[in-house]
Amino acid sequence: MKIRRTKIAVIAAAAALTLAGCGDAGDDGDSSDGGNGGFTPEVAEDVTFDDGTRMAELADAGTVKIGVKYDQPGIGFKSATSDTPVGFDPNMGKILAAQLGIPADKIEWVETISDNREPFLQNSTVDFVIASYSITDERRQVVGQAGPYYVTGQQLLVAADDDSINGPDDLSGKKVCSVTGSTSIKTVEEEYGATPAGFDTYSECVEQLKTGSVDAVTTDGAILAGYAAEDPDALKVVGEPFSEERYGIGYNKDQAGMCDFINTTLEGAFEDGEWEAAFDDTLGKGGIDLPETPTLDPCP
Amino acid sequence: MDALTENWDIILEGFLKTLQLLVGAGALALVVGTVIAMFRVSPVPVLRRTGAVYVAIFRNSPLLVLLLITYYGLPQLGINPSFYWKIVLAMGLYTAAFVAESLRSGINGIPLGQAEASRSLGFTFGQSMTQVVLPQAFRNVVPPLASVFIALTKNTSLAMSFGIAEAAFRMKGLINDYAADRWTIFIGIALGYIIIVEAISLGAALLERRWRAER
Repeated sequence: MKIRRTKIAVIAAAAALTLAGCGDAGDDGDSSDGGNGGFTPEVAEDVTFDDGTRMAELADAGTVKIGVKYDQPGIGFKSATSDTPVGFDPNMGKILAAQLGIPADKIEWVETISDNREPFLQNSTVDFVIASYSITDERRQVVGQAGPYYVTGQQLLVAADDDSINGPDDLSGKKVCSVTGSTSIKTVEEEYGATPAGFDTYSECVEQLKTGSVDAVTTDGAILAGYAAEDPDALKVVGEPFSEERYGIGYNKDQAGMCDFINTTLEGAFEDGEWEAAFDDTLGKGGIDLPETPTLDPCP
Repeated sequence: MDALTENWDIILEGFLKTLQLLVGAGALALVVGTVIAMFRVSPVPVLRRTGAVYVAIFRNSPLLVLLLITYYGLPQLGINPSFYWKIVLAMGLYTAAFVAESLRSGINGIPLGQAEASRSLGFTFGQSMTQVVLPQAFRNVVPPLASVFIALTKNTSLAMSFGIAEAAFRMKGLINDYAADRWTIFIGIALGYIIIVEAISLGAALLERRWRAER
């Protein structure tokens, strides 16, 4: 509990700073205060899109709904006391919105969990899903996924004094915790023979790891690094990444030109340094090295 | 359909875990529930009150709360059984309260003369309970007990979020992997639960018929 409270306090403080910064400026994103989550990309002016496209509608409306996660420190996290989520995913959302001519404070954030990402896109509950959303062929049958904007891999978090697990090959018969329904838990079970233990959130998994009820926690390395950094005496990340997760931006498949718009925006963000700034502002602060610029998938 | 046919083995494995939870928690609930029911009708005031307090606590607490206490409270006291036993403990003790109340209604349905007759034959309370009252009480409460176990079957799906790879856990995994087949997966898993519940109903109906014929 102590750890969790510290984490929330840190993030709340960061969020408070961010909010204070926004409030004082009082205008739309002409400055970047550089604080955690204070990343503010330059908002494009005089944007034009073909009539009838969703991009034109959004630019006219001046607001956009973006689905992100609220429970993954560094990726997408919102504390109980703050109004806006912070993390690499929300930052990517700000970059997208900026290219629609929409400033960060006009974005409507919606919490998405793993299960409701496709329905939210299909029902147009949100316009984009940027929520550690790995690109898969199965998902592309139902929704559009552009990107990737980040490539990460699954790793293992174990107790600091545990020498028996040094990589995925040591997992046979071990109890490995991850979020119920996630790709990570499936991989360790099917490919490495681990006994799956599913919980609702990663923090519950970490709790179970600390009481010794599970032997390891697995998910994308970026998320695990955050937990290990909070409690280095009790936890450590071991082994090299053993899967490839390509985070994509989800959109409604029926919207023509959306993929091209996202890819063009990502291309631009890679080139003008905004992608790097978005990373340094969040995951980079957790001690994760900037990955190579990903190669975008061509649009269908 | 592919989502189900390609993964039938892990779905079966999931239902096997569901059944293991059902049997473990069901057995615990029957044993504890019977003891608590006897407490509640016993002539000793302390036992009667203990039984009433037990029922009040376990019947009135949400099962999820009991699970959370078992998972996050017990380890802090140095008691840390495996996930399976934690679930069996929480679900068994919870369901025991309902078993006890069903059984008590069955005991109340037995004519007072039965207990008086056994007492006049020199039976102790324990003997009159186990030899005369409880066997008849169980016959009376087959339908409500079946309902209790049906509820337990469905409650085991809560174990999905507590480290047990049972049927609902498998459903969640499949839904995440096969975004296009959500309905098929849901219907397939629901069908599995329906089969288990129908088996319980059928067993109860058979028992009821057989015991009625003997009367």
